[in-house]
Amino acid sequence: MNLSAIRELSLFRLKRAITLGIKSLWMHKLRSFLTALGIVFGVASVIAMLAIGEGASYEAQQQIKDLGSQNIILESVKPTNTTTAGEQERSLILEYGLTYRDIAQIQATVPGVEVTIPSRKVKDFLWNVSNSVDGVALGTVSWFPTMKNRELVRGRFFTEMEMKGRSPVCVLTESLARNLFPLDEPIGQTVRMKNSYFRVVGVIEDDSAIAAAAESELEGGGDSSEGMEMMIPISTLEDHFGEVLFKYRSGSFEAEKVEFHEVTARIEQPEQVMPAALAIQHILETNHDEVDYKMTVPLDLLQRAERTKQIFNIVLGSIAAISLLVGGIGIMNIMLATVTERTREIGIRRALGAKKKDIVFQFLIETVILSGAGGLLGVGVGIAIPLAVTHFADMVTVIQFWAPTIAFTISVMIGILFGIYPAVRAADMNPVEALRHE
Amino acid sequence: MPDRGLASSTAAVSPPQSDPVIELRGVEKHYQMGPTLVKALRRIDLKIFPGDYISILGPSGCGKSTMLNILGCLDQPSIGDYFLDGVDVSELPDDELSQVRGKKLGFIFQSYNLIQQLSVVENIEVPLYYQGMPEKESREIAAELAKKVGLGERLDHRPTELSGGQQQRVAIARALSNDPSVILADEATGNLDSKSGSDILEIFDELNEDGKTLIMITHDEGMADRTPRVIRLKDGEIAFDTYRDPPQ
Ligand SMILES: Nc1ncnc2c1ncn2[C@@H]1O[C@H](COP(=O)(O)OP(=O)(O)OP(=O)(O)O)[C@@H](O)[C@H]1O
Ligand SMILES: [Mg+2]
Repeated sequence: MNLSAIRELSLFRLKRAITLGIKSLWMHKLRSFLTALGIVFGVASVIAMLAIGEGASYEAQQQIKDLGSQNIILESVKPTNTTTAGEQERSLILEYGLTYRDIAQIQATVPGVEVTIPSRKVKDFLWNVSNSVDGVALGTVSWFPTMKNRELVRGRFFTEMEMKGRSPVCVLTESLARNLFPLDEPIGQTVRMKNSYFRVVGVIEDDSAIAAAAESELEGGGDSSEGMEMMIPISTLEDHFGEVLFKYRSGSFEAEKVEFHEVTARIEQPEQVMPAALAIQHILETNHDEVDYKMTVPLDLLQRAERTKQIFNIVLGSIAAISLLVGGIGIMNIMLATVTERTREIGIRRALGAKKKDIVFQFLIETVILSGAGGLLGVGVGIAIPLAVTHFADMVTVIQFWAPTIAFTISVMIGILFGIYPAVRAADMNPVEALRHE
Repeated sequence: MPDRGLASSTAAVSPPQSDPVIELRGVEKHYQMGPTLVKALRRIDLKIFPGDYISILGPSGCGKSTMLNILGCLDQPSIGDYFLDGVDVSELPDDELSQVRGKKLGFIFQSYNLIQQLSVVENIEVPLYYQGMPEKESREIAAELAKKVGLGERLDHRPTELSGGQQQRVAIARALSNDPSVILADEATGNLDSKSGSDILEIFDELNEDGKTLIMITHDEGMADRTPRVIRLKDGEIAFDTYRDPPQ
């Protein structure tokens, strides 16, 4: 007999064994279903929890990644300890935040700093003829989009030439463009802030973090100027709005002098990011008496998020393992009862020529059918739950292709593992005694 | 009936002129029951020839089933040798014993012993399945045999939908499916009324006329009159073994 004939024979045996197994399980439909239920819930919970967990961390990680994993972001923060000082300085100029000196030092001394992207903001109304939006003029540099992973939706960003030439050009964020020019093509149009006019050369996508925040609190108050940004060369900003910003707020003037509102430092190598962050921290601590800055290291956040996710996965894995174990024990319990109940059938089969391994195979197949069917059903339920969560709770869920595959494979392996003992017990019965069994 | 119960276990039987299909030499079966050793079978010497049609009789507990189980390779002797078709099967490993049962022996039990989740035709196929016969072939053989025992119309019925006599006929068809050298029946009519019982015995008669070797245990003296050869057991020993003459 050649090999392919043997394979054909065993394949045909497998097919018949499976048919037989299904027939035997079908005799006790309810019992089989209840037995498989343990595996159904085990597998479903694994897939569902993974998908929901993955979705939650995916959203967070995406936002962090959008910040750029090789970036270190510094922001100016208005100092908080101004309760008493504020009384005296009400009419004075409040000076705080990141300075030219900080940036020069960082660029000169911190190893690995490739470029920096400084920015300054002026908050005021932005006008398109008579249409106005409460927004921000953001003075920055021409390499802003590349470093910040922001895509241009239309047109272009301003160039280095325009930056050097202090040109009155601007790029609008998508939300701003939509608000200022609801009907027209914005490119080529003019936007006014205070007494200055800027020509629109492009539209850039919204900051993903702001976009996500806006989506999650649809009707939430928040700052209406959030994300309504008009980007212009930082030199142009200085020319038009000066160094000191005046604001009229709650009955009194506030004057602020902030050299940079935000500076992003781009680090050449990923492994240099954490040391660079420490060095920058050190420079800022020396230069500033009070903490009027904030440092964000996306890579650090990312690593933390990943560690959190790892812990989550371990907890999840343990829960999954326990629930599958419970399911497996349930199956074994029922199979042991089945074997006892079918002692006589085993005796008959042995008398009619079944070898021990035929009996082992028969009962093992039954357990695997049970656990496999439970696994399949579990995959179905496990995929349905995250879909329902996404649909009804409006949460992102991510079903990774390997999760159902692995969960199903494990359920089949559980069937084999917990099926072996009952099957071997069945096969080891003495045929004469098995035939005498009532 | 002369000599009933008086012949010794070594009594010569008049053998037909051929090699025996079954030969037991000095077979004993012992069971250890706590401190006592129960000798269920003692000093059994027996030759069974192709075409034999044998009734085994004896009081309850005399060892009839024990002997039939050994003849059927379901059990092995404690002492002695068992040759089946010239092969010593008394010390074969388990797998080979299964093989022998599946190829050479057919069983018929008192309580039919059909598999409940299988249909009539599927029950008849079971021995062929374990011989590795493709389903198409075995289905044909099984359907043919079902027709032969008068159940051609009930191929797809479940055992629970059949009467006792019908179930026993399925069991006979099943015992025949692998074309065995010997058919063994342990009180095959024990659970049946006299009408169904005699139907079954008629099938046995026909099978023997076709040349099959049959060994059946019975409690019914009347049935012993049907078979050409009668073996009586007493306390685990063969007390009587002879051919009735003239053979039927
Ligand atoms: N597994 C066993 N363990 C111990 N003793 C046994 C076992 N099987 C049979 N025996 C004993 O062997 C003897 C013969 O039993 P067996 O079943 O062969 O009797 P039998 O002739 O078939 O009786 P019956 O007509 O009632 O069926 C009995 O004394 C019985 O108790
Ligand atoms: Mg008996």
